[in-house]
Amino acid sequence: MDNALSDKRHAQLDPSGSGHSFNGLKQFEQQVPRDAGADFVQIVDLVKKFGDATAVDVVNLSVAKGELFALLGSSGCGKSTLLRMMAGLETPTSGRILIEGQDLAQMPVHRRPTNMMFQSYALFPHMSVEANVAYGLKQERVRKTDREARVSEVLELVQMTAYRTRKPHQLSGGQQQRVALARSLIKRPKLLLLDEPMSALDKKIRQQTQFELGNILQKVGVTCVMVTHDQDEAMTMADRLAVMNQGRIVQIGAPEKVYEFPNCRFAADFIGSTNLFEGRLMEDESSVLECADLGTPVQLQSNVSDKQGTTVHFSIRPERLSISLHPIESSTNIAEGRIEEYAYMGSYTLFYIRMRTGKLVMVNVSRMTLKAFDHALAYSEPVYLSWDSDSLVIFDR
Amino acid sequence: MTKYFFHLIDRIKPSGRSVVIAVPFGFMLLFLMAPFLAVIKISFADLRMAIPPYSPLTSWVDGVLQIKLDFSHYGSVLSDSLYLGAYVKSVEVAVLTTFVCLLIGYPTAYLIARSNPTRRNLLMIGVMLPFWTSYLIRIYAWIGILKERGLLNSLLIWSHIIDQPLRIYHTNWGLYIGMVYSYLPYLILPLYAHLVKLDFKLLEAARDLGAKPWKVFVTVTLPLSRRGVVAGCLLVFIPAVGEYVIPALLGGADSLMIGGVMWDDFFNNADWPVAASAACAMVALLLIPMAWFQRTKMMELEGK
Repeated sequence: MDNALSDKRHAQLDPSGSGHSFNGLKQFEQQVPRDAGADFVQIVDLVKKFGDATAVDVVNLSVAKGELFALLGSSGCGKSTLLRMMAGLETPTSGRILIEGQDLAQMPVHRRPTNMMFQSYALFPHMSVEANVAYGLKQERVRKTDREARVSEVLELVQMTAYRTRKPHQLSGGQQQRVALARSLIKRPKLLLLDEPMSALDKKIRQQTQFELGNILQKVGVTCVMVTHDQDEAMTMADRLAVMNQGRIVQIGAPEKVYEFPNCRFAADFIGSTNLFEGRLMEDESSVLECADLGTPVQLQSNVSDKQGTTVHFSIRPERLSISLHPIESSTNIAEGRIEEYAYMGSYTLFYIRMRTGKLVMVNVSRMTLKAFDHALAYSEPVYLSWDSDSLVIFDR
Repeated sequence: MTKYFFHLIDRIKPSGRSVVIAVPFGFMLLFLMAPFLAVIKISFADLRMAIPPYSPLTSWVDGVLQIKLDFSHYGSVLSDSLYLGAYVKSVEVAVLTTFVCLLIGYPTAYLIARSNPTRRNLLMIGVMLPFWTSYLIRIYAWIGILKERGLLNSLLIWSHIIDQPLRIYHTNWGLYIGMVYSYLPYLILPLYAHLVKLDFKLLEAARDLGAKPWKVFVTVTLPLSRRGVVAGCLLVFIPAVGEYVIPALLGGADSLMIGGVMWDDFFNNADWPVAASAACAMVALLLIPMAWFQRTKMMELEGK
């Protein structure tokens, strides 16, 4: 953990408020500065209201050319509305959407350089695979010979050449998805929009499809914005992702960065599972937290000099906690609890440990660790949890 | 072998399904086919002054069974300009009525299907509301509206849009207003049922792929609601051909449709055989669009 990052986090520790106010303006994009020149797609102060409800609440983001960008959030967080505004299917209440510096606001849907792959694919049921894929080119009045060549090319790309005369209902879910992809790629859009691309697939083929889809998109080199509620999907496919909550972007960053260094409780909890604790910075010592949840003082990696006496939240991932049968002398961060529940998850075992303070903590324990113990762990057995100082991520909201 | 045997047993024994189908089938056979067969029988009989006013088809003469089929009524129906004119007029009125109903009904059904569910139900009640009053009373109400000193003319004169009353009552205008008014719900209902099932995402996808609004309609909305259009048009066209009440009450002297001619034959001329022939010829006429409808339906089912 480098100092620059912890400094950034500390800079956000703002006891006075939400952290959303910045020089009187709402701004959520701490990680990525607004750099007009290099950004392929730019979204500036975008707002969408449905009556009194605000679906998208001042969103700013930029997507680089060729990037696969994911909007991640639970249902109703505004991510789909944001995507639909990019496609032109919803009109923004205010704000701008720019592609290569060109404002899309006045452009009707059918003229936009964007294409969308719809959630349930929205393939035309009365047309063959071929006709579905060719539809976009027909609207552009592309010559028949060119059209056929391009249809063949894109069907080849998604490996659906053999099914070109079939109707959509004669295809499996995965095949339908590939046709939908071909249909949205054939016009060579500047920006491809993917609305929950995997949600209509079985869990089993979803993982494989994630890689396939990712590979095709990489091969084409198209810039993508993808909407998903599935964090695994966002993590495996996206170059960068934005976590959204209640119409706002909570955090933007590369998947591993958002996972390792979430900037708030929501992001920490939404990306992967985590243990959230509340603590108070001690008055006299700037690098120690009092934590009522763990029942032990928590040593921080670096000093937090200006925030003494304030309450902060921090997270420790389940895989960052180690379990032991006896207190480890050398470790400063250690807490005692009892095994309340455990579940075998295959590659690891998930333990729920009831701390002495009553707080329930999740711990992932690898098989190797379990083997190293001299007996099999049992319910209510007392254990000790320990962690490194750099496993902690602190946030103020 | 045993497998085929059990299969055969399964096919012969009455299943719950065939019993359920048998009830409406029997009803149709009894109350639709039987009277229709009687009409066919009368169409081959001879006119006579008696009760009933037609001769039996079969008779015993000296131990010989004689069957006498008189085809001459069909000949006169098909050659008489009165009947031919009435048929042409009927088809003309039915086609135009269907067309106007489609012109008004399609946008109406589309808008109802696209509005939010609470308003949608309210609008559908609005479409079905006329059925709560007798058909005949509604047509009489139109006389009140359309006649020379009726509601419409009074209103137009009062508002100084016209100074002479419009002649609508007892003209083709009156006929078409009455026809379109009466048959519009029959077109809206099946069309609405199809349009409400139409996935709005498909229209968005078409727009997203670069189709202009009218192109979206022609390439996606219309093909996907075609069955609703066909069903609605037939529900209007078929009864409209045989319509009697509206041309009689609202139409003019030139609005003589086949229903009116049959009425005259049955009740004024008491010429049952000719009237029955005219009826049979009309059924034959209507079988053409129905067969076409069945064929498109079958083709669509095979396509799926």
